[in-house]
Amino acid sequence: MDIIETVFLRNSLVVAFAVIGVTIWISYFLADKLTNGRIHGSAIAIALGLVAAYFGGVATGGNTGVADVALFSGIGLMGGGMMRDFAIVATAFGVHLSELKKAGLAGVISIFAGVIVSFVVGAAIAVMFGYTDAAAITTIGAGAVTYIVGPVTGEAIGATDAVITLSVAAGLVKSILVMIGTPLVARYIGLDNPQSAMVFGGLMGTTSGVTAGLAATDPKLVPYGAMTATFYTGVGCLLGPSILYFLVSGIF
Amino acid sequence: MIVFGVALLSICLILGMLIGEALGVLLGVDANVGGVGIAMLFLVFASNSDALKALTQGTAGDGIKFWSAMYIPIVVAMAARQNVTAAVDGGVLALVAGVAAVVVSFALVPILSKLGNPKTPSFDSEEAS
Repeated sequence: MDIIETVFLRNSLVVAFAVIGVTIWISYFLADKLTNGRIHGSAIAIALGLVAAYFGGVATGGNTGVADVALFSGIGLMGGGMMRDFAIVATAFGVHLSELKKAGLAGVISIFAGVIVSFVVGAAIAVMFGYTDAAAITTIGAGAVTYIVGPVTGEAIGATDAVITLSVAAGLVKSILVMIGTPLVARYIGLDNPQSAMVFGGLMGTTSGVTAGLAATDPKLVPYGAMTATFYTGVGCLLGPSILYFLVSGIF
Repeated sequence: MIVFGVALLSICLILGMLIGEALGVLLGVDANVGGVGIAMLFLVFASNSDALKALTQGTAGDGIKFWSAMYIPIVVAMAARQNVTAAVDGGVLALVAGVAAVVVSFALVPILSKLGNPKTPSFDSEEAS
């Protein structure tokens, strides 16, 4: 047992490549045999990843899913921000400038619309659940924007820790739902071309949700959605503790 | 050389991140504003540029394509390290807020897509199924 642990820990990133590779192989096999290719293999792989993350979190009490299990710590590095951003940027290789220009304006509008709409929805739900304090309402609304905007806003305007935790949870629900839901609703919302992918990225905003959701829908759309989604969190952090908070404190 | 493409990709990411970080400081925001998106633009410009052909074509280009192809495995690893437990433990308010934000945003996609490109042909075959 010691030997296995030593080898796995010393080579954690290599272990992650192997584990993820086998998971994807199994997922594509299941997608092909069980669903006749109706569900994309990568959608199954992402769902398996989320399930594993849940059990990893339950087993260890940590907050990085399966990466908290020592033997799989390399998954934390492989799926961390650095590698994710590196691979996302690589997907832009071969993208045509003309496609970007076509959806440029709609993409920009969608970022602001997405932040404001998610915020209003989240804030309204907080009010429905009985919150009357402007800082709490703003923070929960910001959490519905993304799980980064929630705590950034909450800390800036002095919300309580419990409310900040709640806002992170709301953002995580959003991110996970986008990962799972995107391939299911793609055809109904016209998500099949670069323009709608850019609008989609701007509206949803959660980079992990958008990029995983598009990967499971059509990998060719990933760079377009990612391009706008990566601006969303910045815009959210900009609007949350400022204009949006002032508006909410004006009402409550 | 494969490493030339990898280096080009890395330089694009680093430059984008530096600009995104600087934008955050300028705007007084505690976040990187669009660093990845800006890096992607750099790579798009580089891959459409004649001057940088040596870094984007042939084996050098393979160095970029490899990382592009590693994207889905990396996303699967990313899914496996999400804090799913916290999302589940967030209770009903977190669940309702998250779900409602996603549903409303999904509904806006077709509306804003039309705004961007009124000439976009409708995909009848998709809608019929």
